[in-house]
Order: sequence, then C-alpha cells, then structure tokens
Amino acid sequence: MSGIPHDHYEPKTGGEKWLHSRLPIVGLLYDTIMIPTPKNLNWMWIWGIVLTFCLVLQIVTGIILVMHYTPHVDLAFASIEHIMRNVNGGHFIRYLHMNGASLFFVAVYLHIFRGLYYGSYKAPREVTWIIGMLIYLAMMGTAFMGYVLPWGQMSFWGATVITGLFGAIPFIGDSIQTWLLGGPAVDNATLNRFFSLHYLLPFVIAALVALHIWAFHTTGNNNPTGVDVRRTSKADAERDTVSFWPYFVIKDLFALAVIMVVFFAVVGFMPNYLGHPDNYIEANPLVTPAHIVPEWYFLPFYAILRAFTADVWVVMFANWITGGIVDAKFFGVLAMFGAIAVMALAPWLDTSSVRSGRYRPMFKWWFWLLVIDFVVLMWVGAMPAEPPYSTISLIASAYWFAYFLVILPLLGVIEKPEAQPATIEEDFDAHYGKAHTPAE
Amino acid sequence: MFKTTGIAALVALSLSTGGALAAGGEGHIEDVAFSFEGPFGKFDQNQLQRGLKVYTQVCAACHGLQYVPLRTLGDEGGPHLPEDQVFAYSEQFEVFDPELDDFRPATPTDHFPAVTSAGAPDLSLMAKKRAGFHGPYGTGLSQLFNGMGGAEYIYSLMTGYHEAPECAPEGFTGSYNAAFTAGGYPAECKDEHGHHTVPGSWIAMGQPLWGDDVEYDDGTAASLEQQAEDVAAFLMWTAEPKMMARKHAGLSGVIFLTILSVLLYLTNKRIWAPIKGKKTS
Repeated sequence: MSGIPHDHYEPKTGGEKWLHSRLPIVGLLYDTIMIPTPKNLNWMWIWGIVLTFCLVLQIVTGIILVMHYTPHVDLAFASIEHIMRNVNGGHFIRYLHMNGASLFFVAVYLHIFRGLYYGSYKAPREVTWIIGMLIYLAMMGTAFMGYVLPWGQMSFWGATVITGLFGAIPFIGDSIQTWLLGGPAVDNATLNRFFSLHYLLPFVIAALVALHIWAFHTTGNNNPTGVDVRRTSKADAERDTVSFWPYFVIKDLFALAVIMVVFFAVVGFMPNYLGHPDNYIEANPLVTPAHIVPEWYFLPFYAILRAFTADVWVVMFANWITGGIVDAKFFGVLAMFGAIAVMALAPWLDTSSVRSGRYRPMFKWWFWLLVIDFVVLMWVGAMPAEPPYSTISLIASAYWFAYFLVILPLLGVIEKPEAQPATIEEDFDAHYGKAHTPAE
Repeated sequence: MFKTTGIAALVALSLSTGGALAAGGEGHIEDVAFSFEGPFGKFDQNQLQRGLKVYTQVCAACHGLQYVPLRTLGDEGGPHLPEDQVFAYSEQFEVFDPELDDFRPATPTDHFPAVTSAGAPDLSLMAKKRAGFHGPYGTGLSQLFNGMGGAEYIYSLMTGYHEAPECAPEGFTGSYNAAFTAGGYPAECKDEHGHHTVPGSWIAMGQPLWGDDVEYDDGTAASLEQQAEDVAAFLMWTAEPKMMARKHAGLSGVIFLTILSVLLYLTNKRIWAPIKGKKTS
C-alpha cells in the first residue's frame, strides 16, 4: 500500500497461503500495522490514536445507552434519569459518553492545529486533509444531534437556534428548515430523526476514518521536518523510518494512557463541569433560557456566526450588492461555514514550498496568532453578544479569514525559509545521536 | 513548541464553560464546605437523613421529587435507612395505581410524588440545574477550586431571605432573596446604567425555613443554617445519587491508568533505546 519500500507479508504455512490466495486480509493488516513511519515523529503525532480510541469509546458507550434510552419528547428526559439512577453502571457510562465528546474535540483540534503547523495538508496529502475536514464536519453534526437527545433546555433551544440557521438561506431556507425538523418546530419528529442520525453518523465517520488512514498510508506520514522519507532503496528508507508496530503503537498507547488518567479524573470527579447546568431542566418550548450557549467545542464557530451583525460594513456591502438577498443572518451562516471551508482549502492557499512551519520564521508568528485567535473566539463565543465582546469577535473572525485567504498565500512569496535538514535521519540523529549497531 | 497548545486548549476549556449567569444582577452565593466536595468527598449519612426530614416536613408540602425512587433511601452511599423504615416512610405517600384504577399507599418501588403545588418546581435535579455560576467572566473557577455548585445555591437561597432593601417600593410582589436572580426586580433599585444595586431579586416562594422547623432525631440543633445545609446536602444526593460510586470508579480508573502509564513509559523507553542510540543494559 505504502510507496515507501518495505518488507511485505509472506504467507508461510499452508493455511496462511490458502487464505491469502482467497482473501489477502492478513497481508492488508500486516502492511497497515508494519507501515514504515518516520522515526522523528514528536508527541503531536499521538492524536490520531486518541481520536480512533474516542470513536470506539463513543460507539461502545453509545450502543449501551441506546439500550435504555427512549427517543420521545415525553419520555427522553426521564429515560436519561432512569439511566443515571436505575441502570447498573448507567451513570458512569453516560458520563463517559458525555465527556468522551469533549475529549474527542480536544483531540481533533490539537490534531488539526498540528497539521496546520507542520504543513501536513500540503501535497501530496491534500486528499487526507479533505477527508479529515469531512470527518470533522460529521463529528460536529453527530455531537450537535447527540446533545439534543437528553431533551433538556439547552438541547431544545440549541436545536431551535441551529436549525434556524438553515432558515436564513434565501428562498429555500424555510423549506429546508421544515424538512430538517420534520415539522414547523422542534418536536417529536425532530428528536426521532436526530436520534436516528446520531446513531448512523458515527459509522459514516468510521468509514471516513478508514479512508483517511488509507490516504496517508499511501503518501506516508508527514513528520516534524516535512522532509520526505527517502524512497531510493529499502536500505535508505529504513534509515529514515521504523515500523509502526511496536515503536509507535507503544508510544501512542503510553500517551493514550496518560490522557486517560486525566479523562477518568474528569469523569469521576467533575463530570458536569464542561456541560451546561440548564440541560438538567427538561425541555420547555414556552421558556427561553437567558443565554443559549452551545457546547464549548462549537464556541469558536458560534462566535464567527454572531460576529457579522447588520452594522458591519462588509455585511452592508454584501446586502447592497445582492439586492438584499444576503442579510446579516445569512451572512453569519456563510461566515461560519466559510471559516471551515477556508481551512479545507489550505492545501491550495498555502504557496510556500517549505512544508514544515519549523523552518518558516514568519509563518510561525502568524500560526501562533491563529492559535490565540481560536482561543479568543472560543471565549467570546460564550460571552453575551454585546460590547466589548461583539468587537472582539469581529476582529478575531476577521483574522481567521485573513490567515487563510491573505497571510498563507502571501507568506509563500515574501518569506525566506530557513535551511531544512537533508534527511529525516539527519534530524533524528541531531536530537538523539547516531544509533549504535544493535548490540542485542 | 506544541506544549503550549495543550495549555491553550485547557485555558480555552475553562474559559468557555460559563455563560450561565442570569441576565441582570448577580445572586449572593455562600461557599459551604460540604462533606461531599472534592475527589474523596463522601455524603454524610446522618446529614442526608436530617435533610430528608427537612424535605419531608417542609419542602414536600409543595415540591415533588419525581425522579427519585423511594427504595433508594435505603441505598448505601445515600441516607441508608433500614429496610423497615423505607417501607414505613413510603406509606405516607398516596400514589395512583392504574391497575387498581385507584390510589394506594406508596411502596419502596414507587417514586416520590411529582409536583404537588402549582408553580413549585420539582426538586430531584435542583442541585444540578442550579450549578450555573462560574465565577468572574464565566471562567468556571469557583466551581473548580471551591467546589461550588447547586448545593451552595440551595443553601444560599434558604438563608438568603432578608428584609427588603430600602430602595424597593412598599408591597413589591414576592419576598426579597439575595441569592435568587430569576425573580422580579423593582426599577427603583437600579442605577442610571440599569445595573442592579442590590444582589438577588424578589422570589414568589415565601421564606420556608426559619430555624427549629423540624426536630432532629440525632439531637442536632435545628438552626436555620443547619437545616439549610442539611436539605442542600439531601438535594445534592437526590440529584446525583451515584456520586460516591462514581468517584470510586473514577479513582480506581486513575490509579489503574497511572500504573499502566508507568509500565508503558518504561516499555516505550526500552523499545526505543536501540533506535535512539542509547545503550540498553
């Protein structure tokens, strides 16, 4: 599968040969697990395993929760309380699932920012990047619909606000919104279809994850130097790489175990810390909460959604040039989805010939500013939409777009990159010294 | 370089959990050192039993606990009443039985009755749904470091009834409560910017606890503060009955995974040693 020269699976026994000539699945697994991996990968390359673990955790705990959950507007909230009180271990399974979503997003954001820093999105890994963005979109959809299922106040009003975004689309918005909700407002039909899709989408994500892995196993992993593995011969390749098993499997499992210590502390000692207390109030269509706040992982994009109000000149301009079709609400929706779209287009917006940010002196500053920008957006997303927060969110949203649409294309032209190591081996040896001939 | 990203993410997490503060003024919330706070905190069984008594003799007149099964009063990690007492306690409630098409005395398999009075919210989850104050700028810090949550809110509400402040007009509807933010608020008590000059607001519920409302079986003096603390602890239990089991499971997980981490660290170090050109023993 990989273009890096390495040993392939050879069936030895009669049974293995029999199976291999009919279904080469052992060979596929062998090639996947033994893939040559750049030996200089740092600790930011652990998030893939953490994310895979999260997906499995969410599917397993989710399937158990479904055994006791009732998707009906009159019974959903009570069925959650039934899980919390009467189902053996139900309270812990539910808290794992609730906080598992948060861990999933912590990991995915670190994974994405790692890709942005080390240029993992650049050729030849554009397809991996695009599939990754699709996974992220599917994750957001899944998490949003999952949050509706407990049928608390934030579930209900979150669903009302977010489906209302689709209503902002000119001409067809109302029809789309009705179609999404299964009726004129958030009700039993909405709850049932969200339940159905919340169960379906994780398996779509699993399929996309398989494609994501397939894609980067074809191109080979990126690495902190961004320098390609030498493919001239197997001996050369082996000086730049080690096999994924056992070197990176054990390393990743160690990292996962440490993260799990923190995760279990959160689940065991403060499981509601990241949630909104209003979701312990049963949904009531007649009482609107004072502030409708999405889960923390949506806040940066929620901030972008709210940043573009009618008094911002770009919004006024868009409104004027489209003859009023694009109003402030629709502009906000476009901005929110656009914020993800420009990130997905990074492979074509970044003009620099150097892959890793490590050797890009100017890029580094802009990149860390983007990280700070993301944190600021997350913070203003939780604040009320009033001064000074509205100004802060507008500036922060503007920088998000400027980074991808202006700074990335320009940097490639004006920046003078630093010298890169010739090979991965050189970078690795600079850190750890030349390897001895194995003495064992 | 990427270490800072992790920290940034954590900061982002703690910054973004807020936003639950009610519009307008803030309520005054006392920090109470409850026995169940922190990773090793446990419910005080005697306190839960005292709180049950306050609930039964005062709150239950209007408020229900519809999600709480009566049998759980006998649970370890809860009030842990003996079985005969759970039966005896249950019998005081009348429940409608669809099979008999009539009312009958409740048994431990039934739940506490639901709301019995118009406008009185169910108390089962009150200690969780009123945990929405997070300290300055919604940073979540008071919750994180002081263990402040819904139990503190209930205590503060019970002890928050005071003489109405002087700015309020005579006969303003409701009772003034320094902890309650969702009630009516007279315009006379706002400054020129519309900011509230006194904490809290006017609540529809009259002051329920005054001191010596119940007589405790264990001889504890039933002061207002004592009763407020006890009923707050009891309602924390009704909201989170499996808290002790959860902390126990969490702690087991943390200990087990810490050991596993150490073993994997050593394994990783040993596996990589020849690659990294360091000597193995």
